[in-house]
Amino acid sequence: MPEAAVIRKPRVLSRVFSAVRLPVGDPFAVVGLVIYALFIVTALSAPLIAPYDPTEILYTENYDLASDLLPGEEGHVLGTTSLGRDIFSQIVWGARSALLVGLTAAFMVAFIGSIVGLLSGYFGGWVDALLMRLADVAFGIPFLPFVIVISAFSEPSIWNTVIAMALVLWRDTGRVIRSQVLSLRSRGYVEAARVSGSSDLKIILRHITPNILPLSFLYGSIAIGWAILTEASISFLGFGDPDAISWGFMLQDAFNSQALARQAYHWFIPPGLAIILVVSAGFFISRGYENLLFPKLGR
Amino acid sequence: MLDDTARRKLVEVKNLKMHFPIYSGVLRSRTGEVKAVDDISFDVFEGETLGLVGESGCGKSTCGRAVLRLYDITEGTVTIDGIEIGTMDQQTLRGYRPMMQMVFQDPQASLNPRMTVARIISEPLEEHTDLSDVDKLARVHELMDAVGLNRDFANRYPHEFSGGQRQRIGIARALALNPKFIVCDEPIAALDVSIQAQVVNLLEELQDKLGLTYLFISHDLSMVRHIADRVAVMYLGKVVELAPRDALYATPKHPYTEALLSAVPDPDPSVENRKERVILTGDVPSPSNPPQGCNFCTRCPKVMEICKTVDPTTVELAPGHFTACHLYTQTTTMTADNTVAQEAQKSDQQGE
Repeated sequence: MPEAAVIRKPRVLSRVFSAVRLPVGDPFAVVGLVIYALFIVTALSAPLIAPYDPTEILYTENYDLASDLLPGEEGHVLGTTSLGRDIFSQIVWGARSALLVGLTAAFMVAFIGSIVGLLSGYFGGWVDALLMRLADVAFGIPFLPFVIVISAFSEPSIWNTVIAMALVLWRDTGRVIRSQVLSLRSRGYVEAARVSGSSDLKIILRHITPNILPLSFLYGSIAIGWAILTEASISFLGFGDPDAISWGFMLQDAFNSQALARQAYHWFIPPGLAIILVVSAGFFISRGYENLLFPKLGR
Repeated sequence: MLDDTARRKLVEVKNLKMHFPIYSGVLRSRTGEVKAVDDISFDVFEGETLGLVGESGCGKSTCGRAVLRLYDITEGTVTIDGIEIGTMDQQTLRGYRPMMQMVFQDPQASLNPRMTVARIISEPLEEHTDLSDVDKLARVHELMDAVGLNRDFANRYPHEFSGGQRQRIGIARALALNPKFIVCDEPIAALDVSIQAQVVNLLEELQDKLGLTYLFISHDLSMVRHIADRVAVMYLGKVVELAPRDALYATPKHPYTEALLSAVPDPDPSVENRKERVILTGDVPSPSNPPQGCNFCTRCPKVMEICKTVDPTTVELAPGHFTACHLYTQTTTMTADNTVAQEAQKSDQQGE
């Protein structure tokens, strides 16, 4: 009996992977996944793809400032900014900071939200009351002004966005996961585990967490889009890190240099497009997850 | 199984009460309670099967769960194998879990769909033993053999099995730690009739082999007649009659038991047609607001004046045959004293 030779215990990683299950059935989700793949590859290999340093001020062969070049001129694919920086290189490096902010913020949101939801839903009582009142407070905080306040009080940095998201946006994830845990903890197999004397920790890890992981990932994938959007807004409003090249920073730079008035579309359309693509890719993927998670919803 | 020599009380339940609070209003103030189990006492002898019957919502499942302390009970004591677990905190209780296990009603819901059969059965082992993986697997195979499952299926998932097989997995899990006492909470209610017999026979076979003691909760009177040694009948949170099986089915004393038994169809049409059906009128009162006096007084065909004011006490009519009904308590002198005491208690409760 080769099949029954050992008790197969899925390792943590394979458990995570089986929970993640990429939503490849949904055409929207596939588009989203392709965009994400391109985006991640670009971000990871930014130094290889970008022809110039994004902050370097470039000069033409006759030592003039290479400012406001149109796409194609002097070998600049998307032209240059008013300060003589290569726009294409900025787009490529912008992907890197977007990925950094998106992933860390999504991780924080999904992680904190899941922990809060698990504790609140499983233990109930005063733990639940305390955490859910905290969530109510978080729901009462207007998100963008909160990020601006944080940015105003600390050094300008892309991490402000991440911190603000971690402090505020766990509320949605926490609420949803709590309600899921409430239904899971009264399932028969949880009761069976309790009868067999399992500790609360083991019940949570073995029976409840694997069942809420897909939800955590759903909210994580939504949070990636949110984080990139927020970071862009903050940079555009001028509270961003002036040394980190992000898409929002590029938009602000273009706006301040009256790019629109000079009809320099090659300057502000690419970063705008990049933001739109990545954020909507996030929503496409979460839509696919939704189909996986709640197949009965239909559409 | 029914030797008088081996009649040791394995489980003693005394005055068990399980009340669930009802909160309402803006301030979530406590406005009442659902008296799911209201002052129940019974014993289960070692090696026997005590059947617990009653209609839906009468508190029989709650009773089984409360006995295993899946709830924190409101009042009363539960002693299993000489150990008082009624008031024990859940953390200490975990150490005593191996001696008492449970077989659940819905085998589909009680097995985690993400775990293989081997992991489901070995879950209690991981909690309470230090067996190596090899020993654990050996034990899992042993258990699968014992409940009649092919051991090659150890690495399959619950959804790959039929209902009856799933219930066998549930039984194997319950047996993993060699328990003495198993609460079977409607273990056959979710199964096909043909499979019901198989599972019940398996439970009986395991009882003979392993000396198990069952509290068998069911609403299926004929199945209880088949498996139980003694039967307790519950109505609205109280045990109205408790008797050895044959006595209960042959000479039911409580009007509710009579009504319940008259509802069991007889396979012989001539008997069935001649049978006098006791048809109860009305619905079961709400357990959050049980009637005054006897709980059954609103539907009882033999209701008397006293039933509407005084809660009947339990009397022993024949050895081992207990019932709580005024038809049998009227002549006893004790009633008068109890009446006063109980009415004082009632007015106390109403004053609260």
